[in-house]
This record gives sequence, C-alpha cells and structure tokens, in this order.
Amino acid sequence: MGENPVGRVVEEIAREHGRERWRLMDIARGVQQRLGCVNSRAVDAIASWLGVSRVEVEGFVTFYSFLSTEPKGRVVIRLCDDVIDRMAGYEEVRRGFETALGISLGQTTPDGVFTLERTACLGMCDQGPAALVNDVVVTNLSSDKARSIVRALRENPRPERLVQRFGSGNNAHPLVRSMVENNLRKAGPIVFSEQARGEAIRKAVAIRPAEVIRAVKTARLRGRGGAGFPTGMKWEFARGAEGSPKYVICNADEGEPGTFKDRVLLTEMPDRVFAGLTIAGYAVGASEGILYLRAEYAYLRRFLEHILDRRRADGLLGKDICGRAGFNFDIRIQMGAGAYVCGEETALINSCEGRRGEPRTRPPFPAQRGYLDCPTVVNNVETLACVTRILEAGPATFCEHGTPQSSGTKLLSISGDCGLPGVYEVGMGISVRGVLEMCGADEAMAVQVGGASGRMVGPASYNRTIDFDDLSTGGAIMVFGPDRSIPEIVSAFMDFFVDESCGVCTPCRVGTRLLKERIDRIRAGRGEPGDIEELVQLGETIKQTSRCGLGQSAANPVLFTIKGFRHVYDEMVSHDPHGYQRSFDLNESVREAERIAGRRSIHHREVRT
Amino acid sequence: MSKPRLATCSLAGCFGCHMSILDIDERMLELAEVIQFHKSPITDIKTFTERCRIGLVEGGCANEENVEVLRAFRRNCDILVSVGDCATMGGIPALRNFVEIEECLREAYVDGPSTHNPDGVIPRDIELPLLLDKVRPAHEVVHMDYSLPGCPPSADTIWAAVTALLSESPVNLPYPLVKYD
Repeated sequence: MGENPVGRVVEEIAREHGRERWRLMDIARGVQQRLGCVNSRAVDAIASWLGVSRVEVEGFVTFYSFLSTEPKGRVVIRLCDDVIDRMAGYEEVRRGFETALGISLGQTTPDGVFTLERTACLGMCDQGPAALVNDVVVTNLSSDKARSIVRALRENPRPERLVQRFGSGNNAHPLVRSMVENNLRKAGPIVFSEQARGEAIRKAVAIRPAEVIRAVKTARLRGRGGAGFPTGMKWEFARGAEGSPKYVICNADEGEPGTFKDRVLLTEMPDRVFAGLTIAGYAVGASEGILYLRAEYAYLRRFLEHILDRRRADGLLGKDICGRAGFNFDIRIQMGAGAYVCGEETALINSCEGRRGEPRTRPPFPAQRGYLDCPTVVNNVETLACVTRILEAGPATFCEHGTPQSSGTKLLSISGDCGLPGVYEVGMGISVRGVLEMCGADEAMAVQVGGASGRMVGPASYNRTIDFDDLSTGGAIMVFGPDRSIPEIVSAFMDFFVDESCGVCTPCRVGTRLLKERIDRIRAGRGEPGDIEELVQLGETIKQTSRCGLGQSAANPVLFTIKGFRHVYDEMVSHDPHGYQRSFDLNESVREAERIAGRRSIHHREVRT
Repeated sequence: MSKPRLATCSLAGCFGCHMSILDIDERMLELAEVIQFHKSPITDIKTFTERCRIGLVEGGCANEENVEVLRAFRRNCDILVSVGDCATMGGIPALRNFVEIEECLREAYVDGPSTHNPDGVIPRDIELPLLLDKVRPAHEVVHMDYSLPGCPPSADTIWAAVTALLSESPVNLPYPLVKYD
C-alpha cells in the first residue's frame, strides 16, 4: 500500500475543478466514477480540499441517488420502475436480471462486478421497460433480454457493447451511439420546424434586449414545464434585478414520470435550445448559461458538448456574438445525479451550486437572488426552443397556433396503452379526446395528464383541453386501458413520491408514506369507508402544508382519482361487521413471535362470534 | 328497566388508569346508583354474559391475548373508550417498537445483566400469549369511539366522561381536564 489512492484521486479531481466548493457536484461525480463510490475517506478528502465540513459533503453525497458512500459494482444496472414500465413488464425484467445475476434488487454481486438497482422514470416510457447500464440506456427489455445482457456483460463488461442497432436520428450520431428511438410522431410548426441555425441570435442581437423581451411578451410565451409563468415577465424581473453577474439556466432535469419530450428535443434540436438560452442571456444581461442535464441523459452529454464547441467555432457562443460588441456568452453543462426534486428551479439552483437539491424558501425568487445569489432565470428546454422560433419567425407566427391564453404549440410525451407512443407537437388547446385519437388509444379508461404530480381524468372529461386554462401540463400523457387498476397506478405514483421526497418537511416526508400505506391497505382488500375520507383529509393537509411543489402535488394522484373515480374506491372498501379494524391482521402480527417460540398461535383462527 | 352496564379492562398498561378510576372515591357510590359494573378487574367477572353500554379500555395491544380481549369488548360494548395514553397511542410499552422482538426477548430472558438463564431458554409455554410484532394503540385493532388523554387521565376527567356518556349529553371536557404539563 504505502500511498493513499483515494486521496490522490480526490486531489486530482478537486484540482481539476479549481477546488471550488460550488463544483462539488462535478467533484463528487468524478470521484464516484473513478472509485465506484464516495466512501468515508473520499468524503474526508473532499471536505479538506474544499475547506468545508465533512457533514456538508456527506449530506450531499447521500442526497443523490447516483452517488453512494458504499462501493457499487463496476457495472450498475438501474431498472426504471415507473408505472408505465411496470405495465410493460418491469417485474419480469427484474426477475430476469435477478436470476441471471444471482442477486436481488439493491445488491452487488460478490465479485463486485454488478450492482442491480431500481430507479425512477428514465424518460423512456415510449420504449419501456428500460434500464441504465452505467450511462448506457437499454430499452424494450424482456426477461430474455435481461439474461442475454448479463451474459454479454460477463464476457465484456463495457456497456457500450450492448448497443448493436442505433436508434433514429441523432441517436446514431458517433457521439451518442444509443439504441434510444426518438419516436417523434408529429413534428409541428414551432419546436420541430426546420432550423435556421444562427438566424434567431442574429435577429436578437440586432435589436435591444428590451425589444427581445417585448417580442417574447407579444408572443405570450408561457413556461413549458407546466406552471405556465409568462417567460417575458420572468426575464424582465431578472433584467431589472440588482446584482451582477446574472445567470440563465436551462432546466433539462426532465424527471416527471412519463415525460420524455426534452430527450428528443435535445437529441434533434440542441442548437435551437442553446440558441434560446443564448437569447435569454442577451435579454437579461447574462454572460454565463448553464444546461442542467439530468444524470439519466448522460448518454447525450458528449454530443451536446460537441454542439457547444461547434457553436463556439461558428461565433454563436463566445465573445462579441454575431458581431454584437460586448455580448459575451458561454454555456456549460452541469450534470445532475438523480433527484427528481431538482426539477424544481430553486432545488436545481442549489444542485448547481454543489448543495443538496432541497428547494429554497421563496422569496427571494431566483430572478432576484438565484444561482450564487445572483439574479437568475431558469427556463424549460421546450420554452427556450420556442424562444428561438419566436425570434426566427416573429411573435405573430407563434401566435397563429394555440389559443389566445395559451399561444403556440406544446410537446406531448405520450405513453401507456396506446398504439403510437412517442412525442407529438400539437397546437395548445387540443382536447384529451383529440390526443387519444391521435395516438391510437380507442378504449382508454383513464388518462394521467402531467405525470405523477398531474391529474387523472376519465372519459367524462375527455372533452377537456390541454392548455393553461384547463389542463396545464408539462406534457406527460399516460394512457390507461380498461384492464388497469387505478389504486395500483396510484400506489406506483406514491412509491415515486415516497422515494423522491427530499425529507426536509414533515407533511411531505411522512404524509406520502401514510398515503401509500392507506392506498395499499385498500388494494389489499382491507380498506374501510373511513379510509377514503382520511385519504382526502391527509392529502389536503399535505397539499396545504408542504414546503415546495413536490409535496404540494404529491397527494394529487390520490386526490384526483378519489374525485374522478370514487366508485372504484367505494367498491373496494367495506365495514367489518364486528367493528374490528380490517387493516389489522392478527396472523401477520404474531408471525415473528411464532417463529421465535417455534409454535403456532392458539388464536390463529380468529374468533368471529 | 335494568341499569346500563359498564366494563373495564387493562391491556398493555400499568393499571394506573384503573387506579385513577378508583380515585373517583366516594363518587363510586353515586356511580353504582346508575350503572352496574360488569366484566372488570374491579369485579373480577371474567367473561361477558350481557351486553354493556360502555367499555373503558386501558392499555394498547402488545400480545395476542390483548387483541382477543379488546375484540371481545368491541363485540359486547356499545361505546368503547380508550382511557389513557397507552390505549390512545401505545404509550411506554410501544417503546419496544423500535427494537426487534427477538432482541427484546433475549434482553429480558437471556442477556440481561441480572438474568440467570444458563440454558438460554426463551419461555414458549402455550399459556403465554405470543407478542405482536408491534405494540398497537387500541384504535388500530378495533374501532374506538372516544379517547381520554392523560397518563393517567385524572379521576375528574374519567368521571366527567363517564357521566356525560351515561346521560347521553355531548362529551365536552373543559380544558383543565385534558391539559397535562
């Protein structure tokens, strides 16, 4: 031994990032990649190189699911277990991997080669069941494929070798080389229209920043992440805010289960997104932009870096962009590390600063004090693509599509029980029925609009429209056929929230667990009518008292399904004739004591007289 | 018309709540005027033979026998009241919920510093009720109608609650009766 390899690796990586505390994410990711974990010694070393306390580093590492303090296998297989993948056969795939590897979920093989884990939505619902093998995405899995993947990896542990056929479009690009399919079913007139590279920026820098903001306002562009805040107004706040420098961030932490539009957008239209970010930078007076890319999309990173390089070479990034003296702007990519809550803008900012992805208290809003306490704009990937198109073709063209309150088009990520899952660009204001016809779902029993935190609507609501006035959404549409069980779907959504709750506030941390417990009680046939009321009360409490948007929407799956599908729940619950709690199972409760005593309970036949 | 009957039991509790019941002192005579005590440690009546109006439950459920008794109370009483913190929330016995039961039993019968048990036997006689995996408050096992907080609830609190239930007037306990600090 003699020397300390952990210390040397950490030193090297810390120096690479200038020993800056706010680069902790990159440092921790680097250490994880090199050592397979950020163990106790690495935590100590990072803390001392950055001059921060040990607990700060440890708290950071334990927050993110792609970082670990325990050693992982050289090959980490992460199975996506969102509801759509479960419907597509997640369980068989899991069993396939478990049998082939001889371990269960959450374990590492004794030789230290493989770790098998579950993970939240990978953004591959249109081609599930899917998994990540290190950074490599594998799709359309089955138990047979699981076995052959393990066999192939045993022969050659390089996951890249698993990709034998490339997906469509840029997925076949030499820097992507992925089997992911775009499944772009409908390219619309705005986001997926023909690109005119550089045109939007040239037009933007030819006018004053205030005029750029005016153009975006005239187009009535609203945030595409789901909340629908007017983009122009956000920019104006940041532009007018005191403090410098200013920052613009593109939120590519597409973690809402069932959403995958940004994946396709970044694969096929990265220039349009980067152009939008550059224009945002020009409008608010920023010289640095960040693309926060979720860890699950790491397979796109080299490609995106290449696009950025090309833009630098073409004068679309860098100094005096497009000849505009004094407009200097560049973009860096910040990788995430697997945390849904980082899609919330203040959590995302914390994450960019190398902190736990916990949402901040607002005010101050990011436009006043955001990244590194400077005025910051955070925009969705799709919003920025719209910005580029608005500058290219003018606000009037943009407003030709959609409705007066919701102008333009919307990207929908459609998955589940339908013939043609994939990404669709449609005019705002389309009805749910229109969506279902478009994707070939003739007998949908229910549709989840807006992912896990969205709302479920039934056939009676299929004439409702997708826009900011009615069903406002980031674009996730999950279709459920007539054989699906609503409480099962809700239970899957609750698994997700239990997992992703950051744990800061009690209503969300504890409440999500209680909701899950009650739902599962009903699923197991042990529910009572009072449970439904209790679910509603609890859900409302969580909604009103949680600290951030995650908690405030975590009860949505429960509340909206009880509201819209009450009969389903009513049919599943009943009173006990004796006034016993149906949720209490005596046989189950004494099982451990029976084992210890080595005899059966004398009460094992419950007295029911 | 016969007098309404009242039953009481102590499950996983310390009998402190029953002491508090006895603490109503001379009012016990007043109570005996209007009710008849049925199954209770106070009367030593072991089984229900008649239906009762009120059942007072002390303690939560720590073992299978507690469950059987509580269920018998639910079947035979119109109104069930959780009396005291153990019945309401599990109380002190529920502290063991954070420890595996095998570890609890070993600590009690084998590993405890004052234990002499050379064979390391954990008692398993058929007479001994098996422990539940967790100590549960009464309302997690059967439906409870009311709960009286306190460790124990004061005699005045118990008196106020029982008389209100008997007169079928709303149970409305003034703040001093349910305030503990």
